[in-house]
Amino acid sequence: MIAIIDYRAGNLASVKKAFDHLGAECLVTSGPAEARSANKLVLPGVGHFSATQALDELGLRPAIEESISAGKPFLGICVGMQWMFAGSSEAPQVRGLGLFAGQCSRFSSAVKSPHVGWNTLSPRGRSRLLAGLSDQVFAYFTHSYRAPIGADCVSTTTYDGDFASIVERGNLFGVQFHPEKSGDAGLRILRNFVELPC
Amino acid sequence: MLTKRVIACLDCQNGRVVKGVQFLDLRDAGDPAELAITHAAAGADEIVLLDITATHEARKTLLDTVRRTAQNLFVPLTVGGGIQTVDDAARVFDCGADKISINSAAVTRPDLIAEIGSRFGSQAVMVAIDAKCNEQGIDEVVTAGGRNATGRRVVDWAREAETRGAGEILLTSMRNDGTQAGFDCALTSAVAESVQVPVIASGGAGNERHFVEVFEKGRADAALAASILHFGTHTIANIKLAMRNAGIPVRLPC
Repeated sequence: MIAIIDYRAGNLASVKKAFDHLGAECLVTSGPAEARSANKLVLPGVGHFSATQALDELGLRPAIEESISAGKPFLGICVGMQWMFAGSSEAPQVRGLGLFAGQCSRFSSAVKSPHVGWNTLSPRGRSRLLAGLSDQVFAYFTHSYRAPIGADCVSTTTYDGDFASIVERGNLFGVQFHPEKSGDAGLRILRNFVELPC
Repeated sequence: MLTKRVIACLDCQNGRVVKGVQFLDLRDAGDPAELAITHAAAGADEIVLLDITATHEARKTLLDTVRRTAQNLFVPLTVGGGIQTVDDAARVFDCGADKISINSAAVTRPDLIAEIGSRFGSQAVMVAIDAKCNEQGIDEVVTAGGRNATGRRVVDWAREAETRGAGEILLTSMRNDGTQAGFDCALTSAVAESVQVPVIASGGAGNERHFVEVFEKGRADAALAASILHFGTHTIANIKLAMRNAGIPVRLPC
């Protein structure tokens, strides 16, 4: 069972629909107990980094941390991925999970922001999420803040310089783009997550 | 590299896709759910579904249409027409839309932009602007399908919409819409250079060359097409090939 974490930040229907389409058993939940009992967790996210504060208010942070420590696969999408870093200049008072090093920061004024549309993924090292996909993969992005490139970055994307579009380490996975909106390639990325052994 | 988007637009009335010239002489163009999937498979980067009747009685039909359209669609879906409150928007998001488009309601009550944006994120709020050139030769914002002139300059309203939290601007030239004579590149570029958010050009797509023009001269981030796709006279693949041949970054193969 995959738990899609609902922290009252926008729209989870698309993510649920994509997992349903893949035939994956999943539920949308705000409950720490349900999150703890799932084999895999997905943290979607649209909108503002400060929305992740609700994860503390709902008591979900410890549930997520326990599940990650137990080795269960965890996928953060968009703001959900950014939350896996130490934090974001979008809401400096809000603490991220700190699983990946560095802070997320805003695109410079040299480019249009938000970065909206289909951009390419440039693989960098071995990625489990990109297994079976060609080197030329397009994904749909919509965000104004970006994550830094560190040791766990397995794909970069170019906009106002390069940023981390996929991070992976052990059971931790984060994607800046929206796989549920990225056509067949996106569905394949989600399927690769679904097929990870628990 | 960020690609330029080609967006397929489905104008809907009573649950069916229709297409006319300048919103008149409407013809049936098919089922929205089927057409959305067909266009996505053919390479459309996004789908926009606009309810052009949007009367109170038609709301239930629209929500059902959105639900059916979103069900097997895995590219972004924007829904517009008749959204006047945050609750209207919430119902459309619940049915599977990724973004909503607001037009007249935002002009009447600009706070609506921030209200929807603060709940669903500004990336989910597309402000649609219908533009018409007035007697003084100024591009003016019009509402109610072009029937009401507002006296506001298009560029000014686009800037205000951005400040209030619009994530994208969908700009339709009423003069060009449905004519298949090409986009209004001058107006598009004036708006695109005035705002930081992406601008989607709409109105006038007639052939592949028009898309190249609106990206090169109009500085658009995306361009929208409806009738030329519905009746099979042009394909998204050919539009994108023409764009690629002109050196415009494009998602191909899709």
